[in-house]
Amino acid sequence: MSAPKIQLTGVKKAFGEQIVLDGVDYALPAGESLVVIGGSGSGKSVLLKCILGILKPDAGSIRIDGVETAGARGEAREAVLKKIGMLFQGSALFDSLPVWENVAFRLIQGQGMERKEAKEVALGKLAQVGLGPPVAELYPAELSGGMQKRVALARAIASDPEIIFFDEPTTGLDPIMADVINDLVVASVKKLGATTISITHDMASARKIATKIAMIYGGKFIWTGDAKNIDRSGNAHVDQFIHGRAEGPIQMAVRRP
Amino acid sequence: MSGLLAPIGRAFLDALAALGRLALFAGTAIGHMGRPPFYPRLIARQMIEIGYFSLPVVALTTLFSGMVLALQSYTGFARFSAESAVATVVVLSMTRELAPVLAGLMVAGRVGAAMAAEIGTMRVTEQIDALTVLSTDPYKYLVVPRLIAGATMLPLLVLVGDIIGVFGGYLVSVYKLDFNAAGYLRRTWDYLEMIDVVSGLVKAGAFGFLVALTGCYHGYHSKGGAQGVGQATTNAVVSASILILVFNYIITEMFFAK
Repeated sequence: MSAPKIQLTGVKKAFGEQIVLDGVDYALPAGESLVVIGGSGSGKSVLLKCILGILKPDAGSIRIDGVETAGARGEAREAVLKKIGMLFQGSALFDSLPVWENVAFRLIQGQGMERKEAKEVALGKLAQVGLGPPVAELYPAELSGGMQKRVALARAIASDPEIIFFDEPTTGLDPIMADVINDLVVASVKKLGATTISITHDMASARKIATKIAMIYGGKFIWTGDAKNIDRSGNAHVDQFIHGRAEGPIQMAVRRP
Repeated sequence: MSGLLAPIGRAFLDALAALGRLALFAGTAIGHMGRPPFYPRLIARQMIEIGYFSLPVVALTTLFSGMVLALQSYTGFARFSAESAVATVVVLSMTRELAPVLAGLMVAGRVGAAMAAEIGTMRVTEQIDALTVLSTDPYKYLVVPRLIAGATMLPLLVLVGDIIGVFGGYLVSVYKLDFNAAGYLRRTWDYLEMIDVVSGLVKAGAFGFLVALTGCYHGYHSKGGAQGVGQATTNAVVSASILILVFNYIITEMFFAK
């Protein structure tokens, strides 16, 4: 059996006294699409930022293609980042750059590609997510939320990464646009053959884009399995979450009337 | 008694810690200046933003400062018949103090605030995280171009401000106070030494660096959405203004202390 593409072992992260990740273990094989589900504040985004190297875990190991990346710096970190694309929750497009330059950003700044050539690639990626050349010259503030997500997806796949992270890809979109984005995510990932990790609250999205699902609760993965088995998890926490019930083992910190 | 002193001590320690964090940030940024990749387009853009677009506000400030200075020193010196010193006072005050300090404060209000707001917004909307993921060092891409532009453009602004300030003094002296134009200019030139101009330009370089540094620092560490960005903007202007006044004394001491 080949080594996992991404391997997490005992990953811990706390902010002061608040323990957010309390020993996360998981091995994700290449080509799989993992969706991490869990409530607000359960540590999904922190986990993603630890894998990306934006946050440094307090303990544990994060390996990508067998190479330790937790706390990696300089060229080692560069080498890992070159394999990664990311779609941020709020799209995180650069306001000061037109759409095509956002998409081509890594090609120009990171890989030193000529602007003209990079623009051609960007236009191709924009076409892949259903956006035509006129959109390429607009600025992010001139786009709707759905179009911004498409541009962010085009930017995430622009350098043909081996690994893509999706942070709440459908948050803030209407159900139809959310489904369009889900289809684009699935199509893009399939075309690239990439390994992906997504975090979402949206179960419709999770069911569509995942091959594997993990539920995070109390800083740990309390259930992991194939996406097709999510409805037969046998885990009360998972059942409560996927059916969106207020009653159950997960108690939200809200004051009852 | 300890209840009274404890908050003062805590505030002092907090201020020292903040200064330490600012120094570390500056050290990291300076460390990135000498290593590629370099972003000449971004440096040029910041130079235009800081230098060209600050020119009107600096010109107006120094023009009126020079005019007021001539008027005030004339009415003051008239009490002991030393009106002839007006030209010298105007040129020395403008080149050594007023042009660099006023330009520094104006640029802190205009550019430092804008830097903090722009970088702060990038922080809270995850654009800085996006830069990192896209293999681009935020220090090199965002901070270094602003520091270079700040440190190089403020001396140029001050040089222009020196000339405009002296011209303001000339206008008031010649057209309102009936000074002889040629005599005023000769006195301006005769008593001006190279060190007067150079000290002002060195101050300007330091102030430009400080304005950019505090703008970038507070923006880079802002958090909590719109309120956090607003707070970062305020902090950037206040801390830049304080540092400008502190460093003004330090540099003056370096150049002119006996």
